Amino acid sequence: MKEGFRQAMAWLHTWIGLIFGWLLFAIFLTGTMSYFKAEINRWTHPEIPVRSVPAAASMERAQGYLQQNAAGAPRWFISLPDDREPALEVMWQAPGQEGRRGFMRKSLDPQTGEEIQTRSSMGGEFFYRFHFQLQMPHPWGRWLATAAAMLMFIALITGIITHKKIFKEFFTFRPRKGQRSWLDGHNAIGVLALPFHLMITYSSLVIFMSMVMPASIIASYGDNIQAFYADVFPSTNGAKATGTPAPLTPLMPVLSAAQGQWPDGTVGRIVVNNPGDANATVAVFRSAADSVIHDNGVALIFNGVSGALQTSPTPRSGPMLVSGAMYGLHIGEFAGPLLRWLYFVFGIAGTAMIGTGLVMWLAKRQVKHAKTGVLPLELRLVHVLNVAGMAGLMVAVAAFFWANRLLPVGLAERSDWEINAFFSVWGLTVLHALLRNGRQGWREQLALGAVLFAGLPVLDVVTGGDYLLASLQQGDWVLIGFDLTALVTGVFMAWGATKFRPVAPVVAATADAQSAARKSRQPDIDNGQLEGEVN
Amino acid sequence: MDTPPLKKPARKAKGAQVSLAYRLAVTSRTLAALFGGYLLAALTSVCLTQWLPMSRADAVVTGMLLSFLAYLGAVIWCFACRTAWRAWFGILLPAAVLAALFGLGRWLS
Repeated sequence: MKEGFRQAMAWLHTWIGLIFGWLLFAIFLTGTMSYFKAEINRWTHPEIPVRSVPAAASMERAQGYLQQNAAGAPRWFISLPDDREPALEVMWQAPGQEGRRGFMRKSLDPQTGEEIQTRSSMGGEFFYRFHFQLQMPHPWGRWLATAAAMLMFIALITGIITHKKIFKEFFTFRPRKGQRSWLDGHNAIGVLALPFHLMITYSSLVIFMSMVMPASIIASYGDNIQAFYADVFPSTNGAKATGTPAPLTPLMPVLSAAQGQWPDGTVGRIVVNNPGDANATVAVFRSAADSVIHDNGVALIFNGVSGALQTSPTPRSGPMLVSGAMYGLHIGEFAGPLLRWLYFVFGIAGTAMIGTGLVMWLAKRQVKHAKTGVLPLELRLVHVLNVAGMAGLMVAVAAFFWANRLLPVGLAERSDWEINAFFSVWGLTVLHALLRNGRQGWREQLALGAVLFAGLPVLDVVTGGDYLLASLQQGDWVLIGFDLTALVTGVFMAWGATKFRPVAPVVAATADAQSAARKSRQPDIDNGQLEGEVN
Repeated sequence: MDTPPLKKPARKAKGAQVSLAYRLAVTSRTLAALFGGYLLAALTSVCLTQWLPMSRADAVVTGMLLSFLAYLGAVIWCFACRTAWRAWFGILLPAAVLAALFGLGRWLS
């Protein structure tokens, strides 16, 4: 009975892992990249200068800009520059427009208050959004990503149940043993980073829980769902505009008053509700870097006309702290450089765990077809998706960055073209994986990815060398850090490509025979020919 | 027997051996896990929210936080139990109990 249970769990683990593995791989990879979202943004917008300007001064610039350009807007959002984001970001809701489309967003130079003329690019924001929206219309992407998270959670738990000698076998690694090595690697990565995997997976469910599990909200609040959000996010309740105009209070003193309330913290975001109205309020939020607990519901609210403090946040209750902590742990905004790199490494470990699992699934089943060298259609399909879903995705990521540097700055809808480049290249890798035989598909895509990634620093020097030099002179390591990371990624992919040498000696004969046979007839994809896949 | 792992060798031996009954049983388990599991998770969150001695918003958040554990348990049950019928039974019985509990709470308040 006990053995039966473990086998059933192994079955569940295998099939969830197979069916959702590629999606989870993409989610994990882009999520891992998102820990450096700000740094990727820096690289994709090299025109944004790094300047340390006192917060108060940039606040004044933001207010001046918004009063000129967004006078009638119902709400303003101001993000002050910090160590990671050098630009002063302002956003406003265009008057009379609802929904996402109505938001305008500009990056300002904190010193001059002018708009920064930078290339239009989604940059790190693209990978971040893809991570949980999957480039699908709202809300389907979020639903699918959260469903994938639930399946990941089940796969993790069933994986633990399956892996019985979890600690005893932990130090077992049998390299160069083919399938065994994949299994050992899969297990070692899984166990080593297990707390991270569990945290990241469960917290992703928590982030969207009110969307995917709203039953208890409906049961308690009935039709009045807004009342729930008002309870959970007390600071975002916007008072209605009265229609009586009144000048907005200068925001600089408000900022210093808020700073005075948080001696050891920093101000993150400022939201001005109904600017220019008698009923204006200014909500000042703490920087997400200040605390593990990510809480969008707590802010200092100031009167928008007099500038006096209206309400301070009340201390949060236990459940709110727990969900806030899970949110904060997931996005890792609190992490300093070292911890951020650790997040990145663990993220890669998660991605690799999924990848090794997918490779192992196929390797196990390929063995039976080693003699004929012909794979059944379903295994062939898995193989194609493995190549394009992993190596191909990496190639597509590199293509996005190449597009960022090569597309003309003045191109209309430029940021969309970067995204088009990403998806077109990804699509082409599927085609390539279909047309090329087994190991060659891997080898060529890994090699292409290696060239593209290792070439990024060169491309950067050629197209943006001035920015790179200027940042280095300021002792700023972000741009060069990106280039070095790309280089290491390229080297890693090149190493991967050498692992798929075209001919394994033992199979050479059969492979030759097959290719000779293939020349005589039309290469038929459905036939599922796959040579040299014996390892 | 319709325990999934026991079936796999049969599939290898003869393709035809993967009977329609087995496929239907796996589909049935999957549906029970997916929708029955969600139902159970939702009912768990609703009952927790109702019975936890906390403020309304706190109870709702706690219910939602813990609901995914119920989902996990339900899915594991659906694939660990001996037959597909048991899978449904093991989901719907606790769901009915939770629904009754919720109804009782409504009636008392």
